[in-house]
Amino acid sequence: MNINVTLVIQGLAFFAVAWLVMKFGWPHIIGAIEERQKKIGDGLAAAEEGKRALASASSQQDQVLREARAEASGIRDRAEKEYGQIVEKAKTDAIAEGNRQKAVAVAEIETEAHRAREALRTQVAELAVKGAEKLIRKEIDAAAHKALLDDLIAEIAR
Amino acid sequence: MTDYIKHHLVHLQWKLGDHPFMTVHVDSVFFKFLAALVFLFVFIRVARKSTSGVPGKLQCAIEMIVEFVDGLVKETFHGHSKLIAPLAITIFGLVFLMNFMDMIPVDWLPASAHAAGVEYLRVVPTADLNTTIGMALCVFLLIQYFGIKHKGVGGFFKEFVTAPFGPMGAPANLLLRLIEEAVRPLSLSLRLFGNMYAGELIFILIAVMTLGATLDALSTYIMAPMQFIAGFVWTAFHILVITLQAFIFMMLTIVYLSMAAEHH
Repeated sequence: MNINVTLVIQGLAFFAVAWLVMKFGWPHIIGAIEERQKKIGDGLAAAEEGKRALASASSQQDQVLREARAEASGIRDRAEKEYGQIVEKAKTDAIAEGNRQKAVAVAEIETEAHRAREALRTQVAELAVKGAEKLIRKEIDAAAHKALLDDLIAEIAR
Repeated sequence: MTDYIKHHLVHLQWKLGDHPFMTVHVDSVFFKFLAALVFLFVFIRVARKSTSGVPGKLQCAIEMIVEFVDGLVKETFHGHSKLIAPLAITIFGLVFLMNFMDMIPVDWLPASAHAAGVEYLRVVPTADLNTTIGMALCVFLLIQYFGIKHKGVGGFFKEFVTAPFGPMGAPANLLLRLIEEAVRPLSLSLRLFGNMYAGELIFILIAVMTLGATLDALSTYIMAPMQFIAGFVWTAFHILVITLQAFIFMMLTIVYLSMAAEHH
């Protein structure tokens, strides 16, 4: 084992390599690592932030949905009430109208009947007059006329 | 057999001068440079292309190591330093890659080199004391630099004589401090060197089991399976060793530098 000048060369070579690594190697790699660590950290923070935003948006959405549902049910209640009122009113109106029309019809019928009776009476009177005329003009036997008159009377009474 | 082992333990050398110190272990330097190139190529390329978006598989793998080392440094060193973490990962990457040369079957590269006309070749730079001492000395210098930087020149030298026994025990303090400072690079370099040298030696010994074996000898048929099992077990175990040694070198460097920056 001889110690010789090799040791100087080896030492210098070692120094040179260490210097090159320090100058051109290490900072790049450690820089990239630290930058990546920062990126990952930022990414995680952003993800956390996104999650929080999503939760808040979802709760807001729930709120809006609940409000809309309440409003819709209010509108429906009101509509149902209104509908009931309309139906009720229509029913009473219809009944009133029916009654009115019925009264009108009854009155008309009565008037008609009255008029018919009047007309009948007039005709009966004319008939009676005509019969009397015939009786008077031709003196016929009473027996024969009695039957005729009875018929007439029966007709009028009916 | 001894010749084989001895041959495996000789470096490819290049003499710069007459003094024994002026010799370069070409193989250690070459494989260390190779490891450095591979490490830099992968690391710098990933760094250049690194994106903070979805990373590729290679970037992911590198980032895992980077984050691991960064975590270790932040745990140990309570302060801000642009130097410690890159230094730590350089140590880990380089030492691991150099150690990894031990995983290549022990004869492949030396035999190939021999065929190409290179007589000696040792492929594990960390099994060469020069490599580990060179790195440990760099760490040693950095420790002193860190001490001066964080405490100032006055505070740094004052600590030599005042800690840990106070001003009254100045000689003892100085002695302790000098031993402490000397022991650190020594233990760093010798631990790594010892582990890798021993590991390589055991690979060589496993290789020796069938050295010069012939097909008509009975011992060949006994030794070959044993060699396979031993080689398999030791290689598997060595995966742990090379990773662990790289980690220990890195971890101790972080700890030493942190200690140097702290006031006693």
